Amino acid sequence: MSDKEIKNLEEIFEARIARDEKIEPKDWMPEKYRKTHIRQMSQHAHSEIVGMLPEGNWITRAPSLRRKAALLAKVQDEAGHGLYLYSACETLGISRDEMYEQLHTGKAKYSSIFNYPTVTWADMGAIGWLVDGAAIINQVPLCNTSFGPYARAMVRVCKEESFHQRQGYEIMLKLCNGTPEQKEMAQDALNRWWWPSLMMLGPTDAESIHTEQSMKWKLKRKSNDELRQQFIDQTVPQADILGLTIPDPDLKFNEETGSYDFGEIDWDEFWQVVKGHGPSNKKRMKARVGAWEEGAWVRDAAMAYAEKQEKKKLKKVS
Amino acid sequence: MKQNKNLYNYIIGIADNSLILAQRLGELCGHGPTLETDIAGTNISLDLIGQARNYYQYAAKVQNEGKTEDDLAFLRLENQYRNVLLVEQPNEHFGYVMGRQYLFDVFHLMFLSEMLQSKDETLAAIAKKGIKEVSYHKRFSGDWIKRLGDGTEESNHNIQEAIDELWAYTDELFDQTEADKAMIAEGIGVDTSKLKEKYYEEVSILLKEATIEVPERKYFIKGGKKGVHSEHMGYILTEMQYMQRTYPNMEW
Ligand SMILES: [Fe+2]
Ligand SMILES: [Fe+2]
Ligand SMILES: [Fe+2]
Repeated sequence: MSDKEIKNLEEIFEARIARDEKIEPKDWMPEKYRKTHIRQMSQHAHSEIVGMLPEGNWITRAPSLRRKAALLAKVQDEAGHGLYLYSACETLGISRDEMYEQLHTGKAKYSSIFNYPTVTWADMGAIGWLVDGAAIINQVPLCNTSFGPYARAMVRVCKEESFHQRQGYEIMLKLCNGTPEQKEMAQDALNRWWWPSLMMLGPTDAESIHTEQSMKWKLKRKSNDELRQQFIDQTVPQADILGLTIPDPDLKFNEETGSYDFGEIDWDEFWQVVKGHGPSNKKRMKARVGAWEEGAWVRDAAMAYAEKQEKKKLKKVS
Repeated sequence: MKQNKNLYNYIIGIADNSLILAQRLGELCGHGPTLETDIAGTNISLDLIGQARNYYQYAAKVQNEGKTEDDLAFLRLENQYRNVLLVEQPNEHFGYVMGRQYLFDVFHLMFLSEMLQSKDETLAAIAKKGIKEVSYHKRFSGDWIKRLGDGTEESNHNIQEAIDELWAYTDELFDQTEADKAMIAEGIGVDTSKLKEKYYEEVSILLKEATIEVPERKYFIKGGKKGVHSEHMGYILTEMQYMQRTYPNMEW
């Protein structure tokens, strides 16, 4: 194809997106579009499966049978999200094994929030309430993104994430209506998860790259700072209902803007964790790589067995 | 009164099998060889917890001391848990996980199919719901036994190792406690002695199909049904009871 032809195709492509048409895997797309989507979707898928680990850490210790079942179901939902997202990403011509390889070698990132440890039961509440809450704010706009398989996966995922958020909030509510020890546990979890949750919405606009292109492709509809403000405005009244204090002395309602002003985020901490030096980065990667390596003989067996069965079938036919 | 005590002990025995196996499967969540096996393992664990809850709720009612399902699940002493030793065996590798599951599932499905005829309506109703779930569990674990047995040389070795070791715990599935015997006499309990031959026959057929040697073993290890557990059990309970023991009398 000549440069002119490609330019022409690109114009048609951008016009389709502007008209709110969905791009499907078989459609022509610019290489950059494909690469950007592989990057974002695989990163999203990795976040879902690495995200299973901090909560999985409490399944065996959940305080009641009802909570144990709900937590198992939640972590299982996250595995399901990983599965749809990997499948949606595969339509762009990359295999799940290749994506795992990128995760295991550190080439692909996942959400940094999962590099914090879950040290008490209240963390199951705080994660559902804040982390799933921030994820929803990030993901709801993606239900209308331009790439069809991603948009459809997001519709399903978002429904489940809001269920998770309610469930997390309900854990917090129970703790806050419980004994002083339980309430203290809830406050401690909020203290530890508040700032990382704000960071989860991404670096501040001044430092954020790729935003303009992403807006055009509807991979992003609002800037990180706008999303963060939305999250804070939504969450502060919820903390009030719980009777918990947000760990930010500068947090204050601004009558003029109708929003909360908030204190400075420690971006050094953010970059430290992103670059692999958070409290649990090593542990998370060890768990993922370990599961993959220890599972190799099992996957090999499944493949060998399937091949043998296939051969038997062919023999029967002939 | 005596009848209630026997019924309570009978229900607890069944419930503990489901709970402890669910707990073992719960340890694996997020660490399986593929996402699909992770999801399936979680599913099985969820089904077993659901069953355990039904049993404990019923046991608490029969006991009539104002206890809840959680009191029964989390606040007993080790020797008051009456699960078979098989379900508390550790997740050494995926072969052990599937071997343990299959050896239990075959028994479990036969057991529930019989419990359907129980004169106790609650137990019959729990069995009815459980049969659907456990049929799926058995299909899943049985399929994996075949894949591992007839997969690669390495996988055959691994699953053979697991089956050889776990076989020692199968005989206990058919042991009968005082409570079991009393409930069988009442037409409430399942006469497991009638299942034994069928069990070994079914398991042997699948093992052979999977090119796994059927272990020949004269000596079996048992004790769980009498409350004498393996050394693993203390650690299982330490984790499982952690919250309830550390923060007594609280709601979650
Ligand atoms: Fe998710
Ligand atoms: Fe997500
Ligand atoms: Fe979620």
